[in-house]
Amino acid sequence: MAAAPPLRLRWRFVQPDRIDVSDDRAQARTPHAADALIEVRGLRTVLGGKVIFDGLELDIPRGRITAVMGPSGTGKTTLLRHITGQLRPDAGSIRIDGADVTALPRHALFALREKIGYLFQNSALLTDFSVFENVAFPLRQHLDLPEELVRNLVLTKLQAVGLRGAAELMPSELSGGMARRVALARAIVRDPTLILYDEPFVGLDPIALNQVLKLIRTLNDTLGITSILVAHEFAAVARVADLVYLIAGGKVVARGTPAELTRGDSAWTRQFFGGEADGPVPFQYPARDYAADLGFPAGAASSTPHTEPRP
Amino acid sequence: MSAVRPKPPSMIGDALAQVGACGLFLLQILAAVPRSLRHIRETVRQVWFTGAMSLVIIMTCGLFVGMVLGLQLYYVLSIFGGTAALGTVVSLSMYRELGPVVTALLFAGRAGTSITAEIGLMRATDQIAAMEMMAVDPIAYVAAPRFLAGVIAMPLLACVFNALGIFGAHLVGVSWLGLDNGTFWSNMTSSVDVWKDVVNGVWKSVAFGAVVALIAVFQGYTTAPTSEGVAYATTRTVVFSSIVVLALDFVMTAFLM
Ligand SMILES: Nc1ncnc2c1ncn2[C@@H]1O[C@H](COP(=O)(O)OP(=O)(O)O)[C@@H](O)[C@H]1O
Ligand SMILES: [Mg+2]
Repeated sequence: MAAAPPLRLRWRFVQPDRIDVSDDRAQARTPHAADALIEVRGLRTVLGGKVIFDGLELDIPRGRITAVMGPSGTGKTTLLRHITGQLRPDAGSIRIDGADVTALPRHALFALREKIGYLFQNSALLTDFSVFENVAFPLRQHLDLPEELVRNLVLTKLQAVGLRGAAELMPSELSGGMARRVALARAIVRDPTLILYDEPFVGLDPIALNQVLKLIRTLNDTLGITSILVAHEFAAVARVADLVYLIAGGKVVARGTPAELTRGDSAWTRQFFGGEADGPVPFQYPARDYAADLGFPAGAASSTPHTEPRP
Repeated sequence: MSAVRPKPPSMIGDALAQVGACGLFLLQILAAVPRSLRHIRETVRQVWFTGAMSLVIIMTCGLFVGMVLGLQLYYVLSIFGGTAALGTVVSLSMYRELGPVVTALLFAGRAGTSITAEIGLMRATDQIAAMEMMAVDPIAYVAAPRFLAGVIAMPLLACVFNALGIFGAHLVGVSWLGLDNGTFWSNMTSSVDVWKDVVNGVWKSVAFGAVVALIAVFQGYTTAPTSEGVAYATTRTVVFSSIVVLALDFVMTAFLM
């Protein structure tokens, strides 16, 4: 009984040092040629009276790394929660391989999630368990594997994120960046076909960042995993992403390869990737008049450019 | 704005909505019990945490309650010259009332609060969401084992409480105040009925265990994901458990009499 799953899993081991660096893949990586694994159509979401998405449309190509970028608070995490069925939108559809996630019953959703790896923005490690048991958790819950195999699988993934030596530590003994990498190991331990990374680079030092970037690229190249990457660091994103979506104001405002977006001349891309405070993306959360808030006559501070959101 | 909207109806409505949600949650837990048997080790772990770890407080309190009861009843009974009935009266009040009720109140304070705080913190730190994303049903993995643990641990704790209480009364009545040891025990054994007194008390404690564990798990599971939310939820667990246990005690006593 236990003989079949091990075989299936063994050949899918990730070997982080066997990275495919051949250049001919770059050609095949152009996103426009690939078919879409995920299709988001007419997505509309209102949270706490605030419109988060207003007719959002995007395609996530199969077997590619797609980055979703945007100012904080635009709803990138919310989008990932929609895609994984944790949160139902008010309108619109999200199809993963043809199945509409927004209409799936709970058991079908769970079956789908067994093939999805999800890296939470705040790591969300189980505080009761050691690092090893955290990574082993999905295996123990779903597969009846011999202990030796569980050990091999877990240690391989921990090695890939550089934390094999930390296997016996408890989550409270980890730094933020270490917890992030443990969470990453846990997200990939069952070799999912789709991985969603919510801000994986936060808290990583340059060495760890390099390793994680390599790992993301390797998973994608060797196993053909489809990846969605939410991040702010454009330099890091540009090194791995095949396609970048920039969302702001509830819509997609720019779409293209990293190279296309850096060359892009729309106000959105100039502001976001150039880091200019002035532009279509308001730096300020929607607020009342600045001067009035400080107790001066309204409009007295009108020379301050960012008190009102731009259209 | 709040002056315009009448407050009492919304408060009653909120309370009723809470009760309804709690009822639905109970159904979800009961439906998840067969699935949670897969995580039987988790249930055993919870029986250990909620049951075994509460033993010290239960035993200490049981001993003191029994000693106080021994003193008070000895005084009252001596007015009528009936101190020989001390063992009977103490054991009846322990088995029928004090054992189940006081154990449930202590259990709410000791185990209920920790269940609420733990689940609330798991909610606040996205651990519940992480389980859902790993296709593990948190109702079956987190809620049901803790609920079952409450149902299993409460009657056992109540029995320990009763035993220590009677031991305490014996200590005061026989060893200290000089009652006859044989009279103490023989009067007790001749007038305590296993089915009417002992088993009814056990039923009560099973019901109280279910109620306290349900309230604790529900409060933790539905808490606002902030430290303030967890603090409120923990308080509510103690308050609601105490009220419901005492009210349910009255109802059950009326029916079991
Ligand atoms: N449960 C909620 N209730 C109300 N508003 C929410 C909730 N969750 C998120 N929001 C709001 O939705 C917006 C998008 O949040 P999020 O998706 O976390 O942004 P980000 O793009 O930084 O990941 C934020 O403005 C936040 O205030
Ligand atoms: Mg986010």
